[in-house]
Amino acid sequence: MAEKFDVIVVGAGMAGNAAAYTAAKAGLKVLQIERGEYPGSKNVQGAILYADAIEKIIPEFRESAPLERHLIEQRVWVLDDTSHVGSNYRSEEFNREPYNRYTIIRAQFDKWFSEQVTKAGGLVICETTVQELLMDGNRVVGVRTDRKNGDVFADCVILADGVNSLLARKAGFHEELKPKDIALAVKEIHFLPQETIESRFNIGEDEGVVIEMAGKITAGMMGTAFLYTNRESITLGVGCMLSDFKKQKTTPYQLLEQMKAHPSIKPLIAGSEMKEYAAHLIPEGGYEAIPPVYGDGWMIAGDAGMFVNGIHREGSNLAMTTGQIAAETLIDLKTAGKECSARNLKVYRQRLDASFVMKDLKKYRKMPEIFHKSPQFFTTYPELLNRAAHTMVKVDGIDKKTKEREIRGSFLAARSLTGLFGDAFKLWRAFQAR
Amino acid sequence: MTQVKVEEKLFQNRYRVDAGRPHIHIKQPDLCANHCTEQQCTTCCPAGCYIAEGNGRVVLITDGCLECGTCRIICDEHRNVAWEWPRGGFGILFKFG
Ligand SMILES: Cc1cc2nc3c(=O)[nH]c(=O)nc-3n(C[C@H](O)[C@H](O)[C@H](O)COP(=O)(O)OP(=O)(O)OC[C@H]3O[C@@H](n4cnc5c(N)ncnc54)[C@H](O)[C@@H]3O)c2cc1C
Ligand code: SF4
Repeated sequence: MAEKFDVIVVGAGMAGNAAAYTAAKAGLKVLQIERGEYPGSKNVQGAILYADAIEKIIPEFRESAPLERHLIEQRVWVLDDTSHVGSNYRSEEFNREPYNRYTIIRAQFDKWFSEQVTKAGGLVICETTVQELLMDGNRVVGVRTDRKNGDVFADCVILADGVNSLLARKAGFHEELKPKDIALAVKEIHFLPQETIESRFNIGEDEGVVIEMAGKITAGMMGTAFLYTNRESITLGVGCMLSDFKKQKTTPYQLLEQMKAHPSIKPLIAGSEMKEYAAHLIPEGGYEAIPPVYGDGWMIAGDAGMFVNGIHREGSNLAMTTGQIAAETLIDLKTAGKECSARNLKVYRQRLDASFVMKDLKKYRKMPEIFHKSPQFFTTYPELLNRAAHTMVKVDGIDKKTKEREIRGSFLAARSLTGLFGDAFKLWRAFQAR
Repeated sequence: MTQVKVEEKLFQNRYRVDAGRPHIHIKQPDLCANHCTEQQCTTCCPAGCYIAEGNGRVVLITDGCLECGTCRIICDEHRNVAWEWPRGGFGILFKFG
């Protein structure tokens, strides 16, 4: 394999496929390397696909991409041990084409996306692990794979190797990941007849519901849970920060089991058949945790660059957009006959800064720290909210005014007035921040 | 709450095990036994690959590994986990992901 390519893309996930497709489509000589048996066989997601990001790369994706259901309703639940309070947002507007969000199954979607790369002229090699980057001084000149005579060379390497990216770290581009910046999610997929899903969730054919959950479902850890409807299956999972997992004694699978046994969730998956159990990390450190994303002969896209908006559960779209921008940067340099030096690749970071990716991450840059310092958001408040709802809803001969006083008292007893205001203020500031 | 057995979950998964070539190693087993009081790997690993033995030692069997990377990151005090991806094509093969 002594051939030289314009670009080598490591990884065939959302970021890698977006980068490889964009570059190949523009006529660059692209080699993409994926360690899985097929693209998607190593990848885990909830999974919600945001149409906008893929549409900007493949406008006609709806015609051939494997999509499960388009989403028409979002539920947000705050749970305590036996109940939930929440909100529903359902809109007929989401039920009109072109649809805005879909559920997908990553193993199928990634395979499809990768086929588009091949069709655009990119060379995709699977079952091959990149072991390290080949350097000439400070400059990346290629990759070493685990194949025989497996060194390959390129003008530029795009690292789209996901959250647990070993390559940039081995090359010394940035430090080891920190437990406070990374969440561990575990999930299962449960199969049910299509009609059962549609009647249980009050939806028609092709329509879907997402439920985002917070509160005691994470056993006091900083994290969230989710439940999404696919065509003939339901995916559900729970994720918490590694720094919190480290401090306690519940195993991830026990946490998932507790979630499934919760009285608000159990009936939704009753009678289903579990067909896969998966785990994956999510980089949730936000803006402050973003590593250097370019250098001499290399760029980083997707989860490997911490491009995840944990507050809004967006990741795949940031991955696709950063992959696309990385490829576009490269195409422009090639067209102008410029080399892939750090100086020229600086444009990549500038373009990221100007995109929704960095703007959103910057806006929420204080959030991770606030949540780390305020465990009451995951313990006390969910319980108080649920108790308050219970008190108001239960009819027991006590007048409502007394009940209100009781609720106010319980909030104050659990957290002082300054504490409550402080938390509200911190949250407000974090959402306002720019 | 009854304790769930992780093996029952892993049983649903598809693997191609690279027999005799585990991709993760404990660098110095003595360090786990004598200097690590928490042994978080034994609770945090979502596949239950790390088992605390009665004598304070930790045994690692990677066959059910989900390749998440947790054990590498949480062992931040001792950095006692040598972690590589499995060879291309081996390891967990998600059907749905
Ligand atoms: C449980 C869960 C739920 C989520 N839900 C959502 C959601 O609903 N919506 C959303 O937008 N985002 C969601 N995310 C986030 C989203 O999954 C990620 O942001 C996205 O997958 C990142 O894409 P990526 O291409 O950067 O990385 P990945 O998709 O992880 O791809 C990395 C690829 O690189 C390959 N690779 C790695 N190292 C090597 C190597 N050395 N050699 C060869 N190949 C290598 C891997 O096999 C893999 O295919 C979720 C994540 C999780 C874990
Ligand atoms: S990578 Fe994840 S699943 Fe594999 S041994 Fe480490 S913690 Fe367990």
